[in-house]
Amino acid sequence: MGHIVIENISKAYRNRRRQTRAGDNPELRYGDQILVLDHIDLEFQDGEMVCILGPSGCGKSTLLKIMAGFDPPSEGRVLIDGRTVTRPGSDHIFVFQHNGLLPWMTVRQNVGLGLRDMTDQKAKVERIMEFIEMVELEGFEHHYPHQLSGGMQRRAELARALAVNPDILIMDEPFSGLDFLTHMKMREEVVNMHEFIGKTTIVVTHDIDDALIMGDRIIVMSGQPSGIKLNRELDFERPRDFQKEPALNQLRNEIFFMLGVPYAV
Amino acid sequence: MPKDTTQMPPSWTMRLVLPCLAFGLLLLLWDLAARFAGWSVDVFPGPLQVFISMGELVANGTLLKHTVASLFRVTAGFYLAILGGIPLGIMLGRWQKARILINPMIQFLRPISPLAWIPLSMLWFGIGDKPAVFLIFLSSFFPLVVSTTATVSAINPIYFQVGANFNFTRWEKITRIIIPAMLPGTITALRISVTIAWLVVVAAEMIAVQSGLGYLILDSRNALRMDYVMDGMIVIGLIGLLLDYIMRRLGRIESTSWHS
Repeated sequence: MGHIVIENISKAYRNRRRQTRAGDNPELRYGDQILVLDHIDLEFQDGEMVCILGPSGCGKSTLLKIMAGFDPPSEGRVLIDGRTVTRPGSDHIFVFQHNGLLPWMTVRQNVGLGLRDMTDQKAKVERIMEFIEMVELEGFEHHYPHQLSGGMQRRAELARALAVNPDILIMDEPFSGLDFLTHMKMREEVVNMHEFIGKTTIVVTHDIDDALIMGDRIIVMSGQPSGIKLNRELDFERPRDFQKEPALNQLRNEIFFMLGVPYAV
Repeated sequence: MPKDTTQMPPSWTMRLVLPCLAFGLLLLLWDLAARFAGWSVDVFPGPLQVFISMGELVANGTLLKHTVASLFRVTAGFYLAILGGIPLGIMLGRWQKARILINPMIQFLRPISPLAWIPLSMLWFGIGDKPAVFLIFLSSFFPLVVSTTATVSAINPIYFQVGANFNFTRWEKITRIIIPAMLPGTITALRISVTIAWLVVVAAEMIAVQSGLGYLILDSRNALRMDYVMDGMIVIGLIGLLLDYIMRRLGRIESTSWHS
């Protein structure tokens, strides 16, 4: 459960402004539209944590939205456990960059979103509280999202995603907009969470270090239209440390170079 | 209003006393104007005469009867406008094609004053409550449709993606996303449109009915009782004040407290 195949996916959007740079490039033309993803093939194994890295505008978020079923591909298909994805569903939960919590619901109501079918109210509340405790938000269950900090909001959304017991978690820039320390803590929590429950987890990020620290595998996308530049297993021991792992550091430099930065920052 | 952190929020007594002072000042100016304008009491009655005659109207039940009649018409027309306007607004807000189809027509009908409909409404609905209710309906319906459409179409699409991700049914989409998301904006719209409805009821009652505050004013004018005319105006103002207060309280209910 949680095996994903991306088969020959292309995605083109209507060109709103005619005078975009892309609009002049014949390689990007797709009918009267602009090509964003160009025949992508990928496979994700069950339980794997894969980080997709790429500069902004490279189409990585578009790929995620297609995997989630929010947006149909122009060509190709996504298969989850052998079935074509045609719509969103609670077996593959998308975790949003921000504003993913429904602001008129408390933390408890939000975490319970995927448990609406549970008839046993007592068991339902217990399950909700179990996940609220897992992300260390006990005491905040009756707060509204706007009363929480950015990091707490992300954790609440993670709890909501996990409570429905999905096969796949799709995370779009899960740490963007967080302060440095919260970022580091959240990253560790996501790694621990993944080790603990072992769901297929796909994380899109533009942070090279996040990708190298977290992923079982790293995929680098780039260019316009997007192609896969690198797809590599990361069998480094955890917790990972750039100082102690010269090969990891070497790979980091290579990726920087690949993304057009000639020196590691 | 810009926030001023150095200023204490006004206390309850202040909130009560200051407006009363303003009203007192208005009464004083009114009294002085009536005394020194040089017009007869029949043309420009002062506050004292007006309050005495209001006592008469209250005592013989006329005022209550007319107020109830007006409130009934406003309530009926306003509820009809809510029942028709809000669902239509939700539909237009969610369904772009319908919006493109119908919106220009609504923008065409909206600026036509409800008063311009008076001849047609009398012809269609005869005399009695019906034409008045129809005019009030018209006055609230278009503002409600327009503001609901704007509120619903501005709902962050992420919320619908979240709903789809957790397998929301169509009904759940309405009850768990659209209605809570639109509630704060809708209460503001209701507050504005109930004020318009209350403005229109007086005009509507000057045409085809034998009761209501508008009728009281018109009838008193025909009898040259300007003190009764002013009684009617004062009650209209007081009820407007009350309606606005109720609507503002409605804006502070629990289900909109997430919106800050």
